[in-house]
Amino acid sequence: MSTVQEVSSAPMVAAVPKKAMSLGPAASLLLLGLLVVTPFFVKNFIIFQMTMVLIYAIAVLALNILTGASGQFSLGQSAFYALGAYTSAILIEHAGMNYALTLPFAGLVCFIAGFLFGLPALRLSGIYLALATFALAVAMPQLLKLGVFEHWTGGVQGLVVTKPDAPEIFASMGLKVSQDMWLYFFTLVVTIVIYMLSVNLLKSRSGRAMMSIRDNEIAASAMGVDVALYKTLAFGVSAGITGIAGGLGAIAVQFVAPDGYTIQLAIALFLGMVVGGVGWLPGSLAGALFIVFVPNIAEHVSKGLSGAVFGVILIFIIFLLPNGARQLAFGVQSVFSKMRRG
Amino acid sequence: MELFTNQVLAGIATGAIYACMALAVVMIYQAIDHLNFAQGEMAMFSTFVAWQLMQWGTPYWVAFVLVLIFSFIGGVVIERALFKPLAKAPVLTHVAGFIALFAIVNSVAGLTWDFTIKQFPSPFGSAPFLGSQLISTHQAGMIGVTLVLLILLFLFFRYTRVGLAMRAAAVMPESARLVGINTSWMIALGWGMAAAIGSIAGMLIAPVVFLEPNMMGGVLIYGFAAAVVGGLSSPLGAVTGGFLVGIFENLVGTYIPGVGNELKLPIALALIITVLVVKPHGLFGRTIVKRV
Repeated sequence: MSTVQEVSSAPMVAAVPKKAMSLGPAASLLLLGLLVVTPFFVKNFIIFQMTMVLIYAIAVLALNILTGASGQFSLGQSAFYALGAYTSAILIEHAGMNYALTLPFAGLVCFIAGFLFGLPALRLSGIYLALATFALAVAMPQLLKLGVFEHWTGGVQGLVVTKPDAPEIFASMGLKVSQDMWLYFFTLVVTIVIYMLSVNLLKSRSGRAMMSIRDNEIAASAMGVDVALYKTLAFGVSAGITGIAGGLGAIAVQFVAPDGYTIQLAIALFLGMVVGGVGWLPGSLAGALFIVFVPNIAEHVSKGLSGAVFGVILIFIIFLLPNGARQLAFGVQSVFSKMRRG
Repeated sequence: MELFTNQVLAGIATGAIYACMALAVVMIYQAIDHLNFAQGEMAMFSTFVAWQLMQWGTPYWVAFVLVLIFSFIGGVVIERALFKPLAKAPVLTHVAGFIALFAIVNSVAGLTWDFTIKQFPSPFGSAPFLGSQLISTHQAGMIGVTLVLLILLFLFFRYTRVGLAMRAAAVMPESARLVGINTSWMIALGWGMAAAIGSIAGMLIAPVVFLEPNMMGGVLIYGFAAAVVGGLSSPLGAVTGGFLVGIFENLVGTYIPGVGNELKLPIALALIITVLVVKPHGLFGRTIVKRV
């Protein structure tokens, strides 16, 4: 018996059919241009919401690396998001650290936590892993409320984080940059860096190793891929990136409290990944747009039935695009290439 | 010692609910290979329908039977309308569909019956069971109903043609289709049965936790946990898992200081992870061997 590998039936994630997991250069530049230009034309509140979109996009991207690339399904991302947020908040408020410097720490703490969680999770796959991570997400808010940590975490009340000002250099140059605007561009830079690193990670040897595990764990191990190492590594990297998103989230919202990081956040991130397209990194942005704006739209349509409206919109999207925004993008791309061939 | 017996019995009683829920979860898992995240909400909705019927003056058992039929049809309709079109979609898209269903049912129930807590009658009454202070008649009734349900399901799957066909469709859809089994309708049937079993769980637990749109949240988590501990491929395992989780949850809440209600859930879940790490397919689950 011990010689036979035990794994659950089908892989959770189908391979992305030959197309790349990232956008082409032209599309990337166009998107980047849009992201840079938009804040100059909208109100401060919208800028804040766009900042949140970017932050969630980072978190969805992290989940995408875990699920889309290494094929492990997690419902516990909110736990790592919370851990990152608290790390940043505590370092800013208790240690007086610069907000930007706290992000690497948030990432590191979450990387370690994710790696350690990934070790026992190695034995689990598919729905069993989903349940284990789900447990983590459910437990996290309760753990944050524990009296033992109250001195640091502020217990149920949480912590207030001071919002950073734009650096002096802009003022000395005669530019007036609002806090929201500065935070947006700061987040944008972090997002771009993380996106580029992730794309390169997935293109690298390690990325290919992860994808081989996703497609067929046994075949991968037969070919000499260290399955255990890469699975836990994927968990760690994903948790680390989620932690950075959490840290940014704490800075942007200026507040951390246990009830902000419930299982609902984990579900939202999961929906973002599905709507964006599993395993397609640029889809993370589309997914983040979905989880930030669609609940607002649903609330707008009907206050009492906002949940139902949200559910109906979600069903429409998955009926029309079962593979998420990825499907749309590839559809557009094939239309373009047909036109070119003409 | 009396405290211990007391807690174990109370644990068995709540465990019966988790067992029912786990049974419903396993039913759908067998049919479609997914955990239905909206199972609890569907059960909640059925329970509200039962409550409404009783408000209109229907006797308990008539309402009970009507709700079973309603839930069965509802389950079949949901499968036909929502999940059949998604059959070819990726697995995770399915999960998103469950979450959408969850949101819709919860919101509609909230709007129809609002979020105030309502009393739900127990068919067994709340007097002490056989003069014993340890357990109430309702709790005993819950255990009894769950066991009867389990036996009925066993007989159904073991000795009826439809039950056999459902098992075949679940284990080997391709081969089942070749021998003339309508696998698509077997899935719908599985949904209907799961919805009906879920509604029984809802109606049994409503007298304990009271009726309101969010009442099934915790129950469903425990139901999942029970199903996974017992093994998702085994109805008997699901029921055993339900009782185990119920007992464990009660004992932890009583004997470990500082746990209280807040940490009961995380600790129960920690147990589950431990079980899973030791036995990845649950206590009664069958091991799936995969070839390249």
